[in-house]
Formats: sequence, structure tokens, C-alpha cells
Amino acid sequence: MLGGFGLCGIPENLIAALVRRRITGLHTISNNMGVDGFGMGLMLEAGMIASHIGSYVGENRRLEQMVLKGELNLTLIPQGTLAERVRAGGAGIPAFYVPTGLGTVVAEGKETREIGGRTYVLETALRADVALVKAWKGDRLGNLVYRKTARNFNPVMATAAAMTIAEVEELVEPGQLDPDQIVTPGIYVKRIVVGENYRKPIESRFIKEQMAGGAA
Amino acid sequence: MNAKERIARRIAREVKDGFYVNLGIGLPTMIASYLPAGLDVVFQSENGMLGVGPPPAEAEADPDLINAGKQPVTELPGCSYFGSDESFAMIRGGHMDMSVLGAMQVDEAGNLANWTIPGKMVKGMGGAMDLVAGARRVIVAMEHQTKEGESRILKLCSLPLTGTGVVHDIVTELAWIRVTPEGLLLTEIAEGISPDEVQARTEAALSFAPNLVTMSVL
Repeated sequence: MLGGFGLCGIPENLIAALVRRRITGLHTISNNMGVDGFGMGLMLEAGMIASHIGSYVGENRRLEQMVLKGELNLTLIPQGTLAERVRAGGAGIPAFYVPTGLGTVVAEGKETREIGGRTYVLETALRADVALVKAWKGDRLGNLVYRKTARNFNPVMATAAAMTIAEVEELVEPGQLDPDQIVTPGIYVKRIVVGENYRKPIESRFIKEQMAGGAA
Repeated sequence: MNAKERIARRIAREVKDGFYVNLGIGLPTMIASYLPAGLDVVFQSENGMLGVGPPPAEAEADPDLINAGKQPVTELPGCSYFGSDESFAMIRGGHMDMSVLGAMQVDEAGNLANWTIPGKMVKGMGGAMDLVAGARRVIVAMEHQTKEGESRILKLCSLPLTGTGVVHDIVTELAWIRVTPEGLLLTEIAEGISPDEVQARTEAALSFAPNLVTMSVL
């Protein structure tokens, strides 16, 4: 399970470490799949990913080709359902009903139920062996705070894995983060590392550069 | 004024004071630029922000501050950040007054298709399925026909659906079309075109509102 939305708030250093170790056969859960040449796109290009659950992969041409050729098992689900399935996974809720996707392929084969005159689809919780999340600051107890829209899926994913590893830009001593501002309480985080050399590409600009380079 | 700008300008006039609005990627995002002055409107971005402001100057772009289209944006006073689960709780929970999305196809029953073309295009639905299931009013903003001149407003969508019976209004450069239990109702029409011409460029059957008016895009 990897936090981030597009290339915003992704655990850049943890992804780089995974790519260095060439761990293969990974089943990944993340909203997106990076882009060609950055973020989870690097894992994809290194042949590390066996299956993926996400909501949008439109920025990754290589992935599209792999899926069309049947080389990658991709499951696309609604973004809110993804977030809530992860939340449920971390909160001890095995399943829940949503109105999302009723009458579409995402509801196929799923139990439906009418409640109060509207029909809902039963969705099940998602958990992972490992969650890799990115925060702005963290302390040695694993308390995390995030910055602006780099929060996205990180806090919820931190709750839903057996081993949550947080990558932070700044590691501080316990007591230095305002307890009122902590978004992820340390109970969820098992390991914390300080990242370095953040690239943080802005995706729309990144794509523009690629296109200017003639790759588009 | 090109087709997309006409559509964005018309929908901007539909946004009311005090609304919380989610704008989809592409054409719908343009609506924010054409809002009438003096309106108090809060834009939501499903990656986790309320109070989205206009794009920054190139040098001030902050990679930690983007919209759902992954473009850099700015903060407006009173903005807030939250995680994806909370973001979709407010979407699914019916707190959005309006959601404007693009589409590949819409049909007479208000079904919407905008996320994939089997065998050709793998993109994903992103937050679109959640938005159409949860927003109080769903407006589709799209050009009336495909580049090949085919109708996008069909009797029945042929592509995989994003939602069933979820669209309230369809706005194109030619017309405002309301989805009603009796089918599609043409309520506004662009200047210089007749209702029959709109119908000729639309596969779905349209009925014409008795009080049909000219679409104003000022």
C-alpha cells in the first residue's frame, strides 16, 4: 500500500529503496501508478509489480500498454471506495455499503441491498502487509503531520497495514509536534525514516516537459 | 469564443452563492475562471482540499499544493486540507451542491460513461463514480459531438458506465439539456441554431421546452 495522489505526497525515498532491492511479485494498492519514469512508474518498469488496485492510471502509458497486452493484473475501483475500503481495513470494519458504482462494472458480482429506498453495494475492507507513507514531519514515536494536499491517502493507509513505514522530510523529538496538529498518531507507525533529495515533480508541468522533449 | 469556453461560461452562471462545488479535470476546471464577481463559492478538490484558489505564478508553484488534475493551485482564505477518506465522505455524504464532469457519452436515462474504452484506453474512474453518486446536482459539460462528428448524447450508452441515472443536466456549446423522468428536455439553445438542428446532431430523442430560451454565455 503506497500513499500519494499522482506524484504529490508519494514516498519517493522508500520507492527508490524498493527499486534498489528489486523485490518482485508485489501486489500494490495505490490511487495512481506514478508516471513513466517516476514514482511507482519506476517499480512498474523494473518489473516488480504483479497486480495493482487503484482508481486512476491515466498518466502512465507503459502501464496502459501492459494492461492491454494482459501483462499486468489491474483492478480499477472508485477513488472514494478505495479510500473507504482502506479506512475500514484500519478500523476493524470488514465491509460496508456505498451507493457508488451501482449498475456499473464495479458492482458486478457484489451483494446489493436496499436501505431506506436506495440500493447500495457491499464493499469489503482492504489491508496490506506493508504501507509506505509520506509525511512532512514526524517524531520518534511515529506521530505524523502532513503538508497541504500531500496528505491525501497517507494517513488512511498508515492505519491499514501490519507494517507501516513512514518517510518524513523532518524528524523531530517527541514533544516538538503540537499534539493538537498530529494527524497520524504514532500507534499506527512502526518505522520512520528521514527522506532526502526530494524531487517532488509537479505532474502537469512534468508532462509538459516530456511533451516538449518530443516523447508525447 | 470557442466551444469549451462557451460551455464553461454558461455553467459558471449556474453556480449559486454559498455553493460547495467540485469541478472535474479539463473543461469543468475552466468554470472557476468565469464565475460572476461577488459570489461566495467554495471549490473542493477530491485529493483533499476545500477553498481551492487560482493557479499560482510559475515561480510560486508548490508541489505539495495541487488540484485533482495534478496542476498547482493556491490557497484561498479559509481553505482546509483533509485526507482522501474524509474528502470522499463529504462527497458521498451529499455535501457537494454541484459536481461538473466531462463525459464521453450520456444517454436518455441520465447514464454517464467517462472512464474507459475497452481494449483501447485504460484510465480509470478516479473520483467520478463517487461524485455522481453523491453530489446533489450533477452537470455534464462536454462538446456536443466527437471530433468525428458523432453524437455523444445517445439513446443508450455503449461504453462502460460511470453511474446509472445520475446526470441532471447536459451542457454543450449548442444546448442546455435537462434529464427528466420523461427523457431529455431541450431548455436552452445557442444563438443562431434551431432546435431541429440540435436534434439532427443528437442521437437521443429530445423534446423541446415550451419556454425554450437562447443560451446566454455572458
